[in-house]
Amino acid sequence: MLEIKGLAASIDGKPILRGIDLVVPSGEVHAIMGPNGSGKSTLSYVLAGREDYDVTAGSATFEGADLLAMEPEARAAAGVFLAFQAPVELPGVGNANFLRTALNAVRRARGEAELDAVQFLKLARAETKRLAMADDMLKRNVNVGFSGGEKKRNEVLQMAILRPRLAILDETDSGLDIDALKIVADGVNALRRPEFSALVITHHQRLLDRLVPDRVHILAGGRIVRTGGPDLARELEARGYAAVTADAA
Amino acid sequence: MTMPVPIGAAGFLARYDGLRGRLPGDAAVRDAAAEAFRALGLPGAAPGRREEAWKYTSLRPLADAPFQEPLSAADAGAAGLPQLAPARLVFLDGRYRPELSAPPRGIAVGSFAAEPGFGSLARPDRDPLVALNTMLAGDGARIDVPDGVDGGVLHIASLATAAAGRATAFHPRHSLRLGAGARLVLLETAGGDGRYLHNPVTEIVLGAGARLSHVRWQDDAAEAFHLATIYAELAERAAYEGFTLNLGARVTRTEFHARLAGPEAHAAMHAAQMLAGSQHADVTSVVRHDAPHGTSRQAVKSVLTGRARGVFQGRIEVARAAQKTDGYQMSQALLLSDQAEIDTKPELEIFADDVKCSHGATVGALDPEQMFYLRSRGVPEAEARSMLVHAFLAEALDAVAHEPTRAALDVAVSQWWDRVAA
Repeated sequence: MLEIKGLAASIDGKPILRGIDLVVPSGEVHAIMGPNGSGKSTLSYVLAGREDYDVTAGSATFEGADLLAMEPEARAAAGVFLAFQAPVELPGVGNANFLRTALNAVRRARGEAELDAVQFLKLARAETKRLAMADDMLKRNVNVGFSGGEKKRNEVLQMAILRPRLAILDETDSGLDIDALKIVADGVNALRRPEFSALVITHHQRLLDRLVPDRVHILAGGRIVRTGGPDLARELEARGYAAVTADAA
Repeated sequence: MTMPVPIGAAGFLARYDGLRGRLPGDAAVRDAAAEAFRALGLPGAAPGRREEAWKYTSLRPLADAPFQEPLSAADAGAAGLPQLAPARLVFLDGRYRPELSAPPRGIAVGSFAAEPGFGSLARPDRDPLVALNTMLAGDGARIDVPDGVDGGVLHIASLATAAAGRATAFHPRHSLRLGAGARLVLLETAGGDGRYLHNPVTEIVLGAGARLSHVRWQDDAAEAFHLATIYAELAERAAYEGFTLNLGARVTRTEFHARLAGPEAHAAMHAAQMLAGSQHADVTSVVRHDAPHGTSRQAVKSVLTGRARGVFQGRIEVARAAQKTDGYQMSQALLLSDQAEIDTKPELEIFADDVKCSHGATVGALDPEQMFYLRSRGVPEAEARSMLVHAFLAEALDAVAHEPTRAALDVAVSQWWDRVAA
């Protein structure tokens, strides 16, 4: 499903990714862990299509299509979703209007019928209820005045509504209490099916207790230095990055 | 052999000389205005003269053309005017047309032509366009809402009709008085075809506790000049809620003079301007706090594309007696091209010691983070830009409480954006 080969990327001429090789097959959840500055967020932004990163080598294909050649909106339409580490505030844009515009843009691109306001609200209310979000979060401006936890929940709400085929979660668990963490994990678990996969970037084992990954990759210095099963995350927790990456070297 | 037609200020003065004695109202006031206009001239038109109040706006283009008396056809209709309220006063080329109008009940409505009278607020001795208006004003609306009366919603529509090959000028003189505790929602629209100068002066007197909501929607023709001056005087607890949308015209100047004469008065003069091509629009205001516990608010939002230029000059004056004044001004501009420009000049002049006055300005392009966020959710680039521009303006349009007008302005904003983005 997602196949990354020799991917190198830099920002302002400074190399961040130095040759990433990674395959995430359909139906699998992979975790990426690594110290600060190892390139985890850069990888997620490059996959979602942020313009300020220069891809200097390598490729990323999604369902056989050249992901890196696509505009960000085309990637979303193809089923790629990035849950932002720092969700962006949109003053003057109502959350419901934002979600409906996004959903209908994606449905249009996929050749599906758009939802009218009534159909959309029914869907959105069901999802906010499932995510234990207050109803007024649909009425408020996108992420404006939201607490850190509310912003992360809003990312999960968008994911639930857009139903991506590949979800990239960039430290969605950071700053969350246990209840919110459960909601994020449940949100991803609810989407799990044979044609869905996820790339979960995290610092912590605690999200992976609820969202058990098929594979765990350790990113350091812009490369994946070790790959293993769910046990690798626990080993990291116990021994720290330095020891685990030293084994790999 | 034909005589050359005088242009610019000389042309207007020649017209006054021709009409002198036949214009309605006090001839002495007109003569004094003519003298003032002769001395002041058109701002920016005389080389080497710079006036602080006209620092960023030159009327040089106005000085190059001869403007003539409008000759609107007797059977001209009011098709295409926005339908905002049942009560409506229609002006064609500055002339009141009763047969196209539906005056409101319960409030006294007349015309300047029938009952000429210059108010005491306008300052033709200081403001050149007000001098020009006072010299040549032919008609206008006179509205009087008695004490305690709710005048409802009244629409004043100005329409310029195209005259082939002629540039025309008209100078409406509007006056509005709300008695103590009276209320009114006044909607003013301006539009038309052709090349013309629309130079209205409006004098507004609000009695104690009176409340005026004043929405101005300017969509004059692309070759037009719209130069409006509004004076408002507020008695105690009176409230003026003003909002102006500048969409049309080649050159626009919206000049406000508000004086909070009684305690606890409130004046808001919000504006939004959306400019493309080589349009120029200037919002200039002077808010004078003369009594304690007054509040004034002004938020001006400009969206500029092409080589358009926006101007905001805001001045708050607080007299010694006006303790506990709370004044706020904000200018925010969204520049959508490298060649667009915004000039902002806030000024505070404060003589009282216990006041809260602040001002601010922001200038920027569309935020790339916001653009990426929207696009990452599948929203195509053009639609994402549209959403962010609308969001920027939505805040300004929130000042319009009259729902049908708010809805009409939303449509106007969308149509403008569709034209610009196309």
